[in-house]
Amino acid sequence: MTNFLLAAAEEEVHEIVAGTGGFFGEYAWIMLVLPWIAVLGIIFFGKRMKYLGAEIAIAMLAFNTIWSTILFVLNITKGVVYEGAVVIAEIGSDLVFELGWVVDGLSIMMYFVVSFVGLVIFIYAVGYMEGDVRVTWFFAAFTIFAGSMLVLVGAPNLVQLIIGWEGVGLASYLLIGHYWEKKENSSAGMKAFYTNKVADVGLIIGAIMVGATLGTFRFSELSRAAVEHADDLALVAGMIGALLFFGAMGKSAQFPFHIWLPDAMAGPTPVSALMHAATMVTAGVYLMARTFPLYQNLAEDIRPWMVAIGAITLFAMGLLALVANDIKKVLAYSTVSQLGYMMTAVAAGGYTAGVFHLFTHAFFKALLFLGAGSVIHAVHSNNMSDMGGLRKVMPRTYWTFLIGSLALAGILPFAGFWSKDEILVTLGHEGYTAVMWIAIAGAFVTAFYMTRAVTLTFWGTYKGHGHPHESKPIMTVPLITLAVPAAIIGLLNIPGVEFGNTGNFTTWLGMREVVMGDHHASAPDWGMAAIGLGAAVLGILAGLALYARDRATQQERDEFEIPVLYPLLRRKYYMDDAALGLVWLIKAPFANAINWINDYIIDGMVNTVGFVTSGLAHLVYGGLDQRGIDLGFNAMAYGSGGSGERLRRLQTGQLQQYASVFVGAAVMFVIGFVLFR
Amino acid sequence: MEWFDTWGLSLIVFLPLVGALLLMLLPREQEESHKWVSLITTAIVLVLSVVAAANFDFGAAKSFQYEVNESWISAIGANYHVGIDGISLPLLVLSGFVTLLSVIYSWNHWEEPRNPRAFLALMLVLLTGMNGTFVALDLVLFFIFFELVLLPMYFMIGIWGDKSERELPVFGKTVSVRLYAAIKFFLFTLFGSAFMLLGFLALYFNSADSVAGRTFDIPALIARAPELTMLPVAGWIFAGLFLGFAVKVPMFPFHTWLPDAHTAAPTVGSVLLAAILLKLGSYGFIRIALPILPEQAKQWAPIIAILAVIGIIYGALACLAQSDMKRLIAFSSVGHMGFVMLGIATLTDVGINAAIIGMVAHGVITGLLFFLAGSMSHRYHTRDMARLGGNQSLMPMLGGILAFTAMASLGLPGLAGFWGEFMSLLGSYNPLEGLSIGLFRTAMVIGAVGTVLTAGYLLWMLQKVNLGEPKAEWDGHEFHDVDKFEMAAWVPLIVTIIAIGVYPKIVFGATTDAVQALVQTAFGG
Repeated sequence: MTNFLLAAAEEEVHEIVAGTGGFFGEYAWIMLVLPWIAVLGIIFFGKRMKYLGAEIAIAMLAFNTIWSTILFVLNITKGVVYEGAVVIAEIGSDLVFELGWVVDGLSIMMYFVVSFVGLVIFIYAVGYMEGDVRVTWFFAAFTIFAGSMLVLVGAPNLVQLIIGWEGVGLASYLLIGHYWEKKENSSAGMKAFYTNKVADVGLIIGAIMVGATLGTFRFSELSRAAVEHADDLALVAGMIGALLFFGAMGKSAQFPFHIWLPDAMAGPTPVSALMHAATMVTAGVYLMARTFPLYQNLAEDIRPWMVAIGAITLFAMGLLALVANDIKKVLAYSTVSQLGYMMTAVAAGGYTAGVFHLFTHAFFKALLFLGAGSVIHAVHSNNMSDMGGLRKVMPRTYWTFLIGSLALAGILPFAGFWSKDEILVTLGHEGYTAVMWIAIAGAFVTAFYMTRAVTLTFWGTYKGHGHPHESKPIMTVPLITLAVPAAIIGLLNIPGVEFGNTGNFTTWLGMREVVMGDHHASAPDWGMAAIGLGAAVLGILAGLALYARDRATQQERDEFEIPVLYPLLRRKYYMDDAALGLVWLIKAPFANAINWINDYIIDGMVNTVGFVTSGLAHLVYGGLDQRGIDLGFNAMAYGSGGSGERLRRLQTGQLQQYASVFVGAAVMFVIGFVLFR
Repeated sequence: MEWFDTWGLSLIVFLPLVGALLLMLLPREQEESHKWVSLITTAIVLVLSVVAAANFDFGAAKSFQYEVNESWISAIGANYHVGIDGISLPLLVLSGFVTLLSVIYSWNHWEEPRNPRAFLALMLVLLTGMNGTFVALDLVLFFIFFELVLLPMYFMIGIWGDKSERELPVFGKTVSVRLYAAIKFFLFTLFGSAFMLLGFLALYFNSADSVAGRTFDIPALIARAPELTMLPVAGWIFAGLFLGFAVKVPMFPFHTWLPDAHTAAPTVGSVLLAAILLKLGSYGFIRIALPILPEQAKQWAPIIAILAVIGIIYGALACLAQSDMKRLIAFSSVGHMGFVMLGIATLTDVGINAAIIGMVAHGVITGLLFFLAGSMSHRYHTRDMARLGGNQSLMPMLGGILAFTAMASLGLPGLAGFWGEFMSLLGSYNPLEGLSIGLFRTAMVIGAVGTVLTAGYLLWMLQKVNLGEPKAEWDGHEFHDVDKFEMAAWVPLIVTIIAIGVYPKIVFGATTDAVQALVQTAFGG
């Protein structure tokens, strides 16, 4: 006799799929499991703790940061890679569902980014959320956010990725709608979840096609089949590629799914920081990177389309940042634009370029959001028209924000310069010259709107109320902590520069079974670097020319801000209106029509049958003794005729008699049953 | 455990009847003892089901275990034949589980006109009917149990149901909500069962072969499936079975009894209706219709698939138009059972496994949703979502559980609801050989769109009910958050939802071999 529940406890709980991980690789699953234990800990014990549960989350992320750092060192020195899994279901002979963990260059990088950036943001949040209505719940949901992302980036197969993917979506819904007493906030949360859910149709069908075609959901098998140009996969590869990309577009806010991201600013600022840097929006780019061999080897036809969508996103969404008055919206549109860069790069064949930009962007975008949060905390407003002149009163916030801005604008030697340059070089090398020029123009726009944001916020005179002060150390120390990598982390991947025999960022990410085959220059392309840098500097100069002079009122500023583009940009290209219209179309006429059909047509028919039958019953038996009519029709006649004497009596006085009669009948049945046999 | 092998299933089925009888012998005033008798009875039934699961030989999940086959009505060859395999085991445990929780919940939740004794007795009789259906391996026995569940539910709705009145569309007549719903439920199901019975009889009269005479025995009929499915009347027989089961599921367009019955029923009635009763129909398809008439199943599969996806979309859209919270949840069942039926229609092991886990998941998730809706209307005395709102701040615990359950219901991966939907779509991508791939893949895409609409109405409901500020009319009202009986009834469901979501092998470990054997025998694939 075999009992699978007992058997599960006895058998080896994980099977080694690939690699030699050593202790830290084989037990890396702890990083994926720990957040969920932390969530339970926060929910059950958080309220009794000094920092209302934040300490549990912070301890968990600190542990994960250390663990992923160790893995990183092991990976670059010893080449540790590992993949393990637990079987959670077997269907028939050939369909297996697994939960597991991957240790390779890409996932280690993501473990580190999620844990480290997350850790800094969580510490900051302790200060930022002080006195909030529900701090414990906030940290529980925040931990779900980080935990889902870890499950996602550690996933060895598409099904686990989907679990993490939707978990991230759920957490974003909870956190964006953190102040759900106001309808606009809960609507923003819904919009985020729902837009993603629409895109997820692509991911789910894509995953189904992978599973049905290959008989497995494992990324390693998918990559292998793609590299080997397996026939059955080749037939559907274009379709699968398009579907997975469709899913990625939702999470990574690619045009036209970007509509949810700016609204997502309704959540507390640490949420925005985490969402825009380490979790959520990077998931789509990560998925494209994880399935890169599919696009590189088989799904080549759709890559130009993906590049086009990325290019539209990077340019059109960057423009929207020009007109936003809310400082968080400036950063939000900037994120969408930067995600466009990453997506364009990966789609064009620049695996390393795209992932490297994801890596650097995580640090400086988190920094910028936390800086914005520090400002918002001080002036009690999101609007830059209420700011100005904060340079003097908030020096730490100012200088760190400036570093983040320079990194985002792509100024040498800050982080963004190197990763953006890598993207431009890749686009040029892969023959997407036109897109390369769009990306260069995008660099100009980026520098321009960041200059605008810095000058409006920190320069000139203060236009808000009260007397803003620099934030507490618990908020400024995280800013400084993030400013360091924002400044220097780009140096990890200077083309041609390697760190002894451990290589550089490109080789670390390249330590995989399957060759990625993307281009990485062996020496810096100074010509391209000069063009990119030139565009950024021009952007800054243009920004300074327009915004350096202090303007007292919003109206004064409106008058000189590009009058032609303004109406279009302010309405966000009418995309939101279109999406709302679509939702309304489904909700109002369709749903109501179905309801009408249900009540009037289908049910009408049923009722007609009922009434006709009961009418016939009256007709046939009307003159006869009514007690002869069977219970069902009788009751129907009573019920419809409005004289439910019999049932009414049943309900009041003689109820238990009826019940006894009924139980008696059942007992009779048993007796009859015994007698008959 | 010798005795358990022979008596176990019979105890699981008939012990509740003994309990009901005991209740009737107790004086009406002793409500406490009524509750305890019911609690102990259902607890023993659940323990016995769990013992049956623990001693179940999962290596031989495809064959019937704890089998008892005694001659019963020898004149027509009807036997008392019971047994369970990997397909019926999860459902048997589910029915005992949910009924026990219903008794616990009932402890301090009584709808007018109270009378716990009668209500609990009906609940126990219902349990006998449900368990009996899941263990019956003889068509006559199956039919009796299948019909037995009608009466208690009819009385539950008709007596303890919604006391308001409503006007019927088209006819303009005003009817009592609960009477209308009870009668509609009864007649609708009876209508379907009549055809199902005809189908059973036709199978019986055509079942004789050179070796043995006529039989109602399900395994014997399955063994004779190759001849039965070639009969000229086989198409009509399948149509009869289809009607009987499709009404119960319910499939579009036979679903209109369901929203009325659910909305009118008392809380526990809705829970049992959603959690178990609906499964009798889909179980019937898997246990009887598919293996006995495989050729007809192949012919009907496209129709079932089309009706299933219509149900998915239709149910979701209808939900979006509701203003009554309970009616919304009721309509959600139409959509969720659409996924179950889509899985069955693929006639593959993936699809049928999807259907079974979908049934179990829908049982615990929608059961919990109805508990919650009941507790909400118990406190607010309204189910009108326009009047609700801000529940999360009035009752944080209740709101939190409602949010969790809504997430589970929309198929959030990592929770129970995901596997049924995902695998049903996966099965539709590669249906049984010979079925139209184009049609099933279209169904898959429409079904996937259905998941989006499902998310839509549940999020919308949460926003309406849970979020925002409470309406002014509740100012000064004292609301009691979740009490200990509710907690005791709900926490096991929450744990189950998470457990199945993370480790679906809890269900698949039992079903997969049995389903594979079924598909192999019936469709050779």
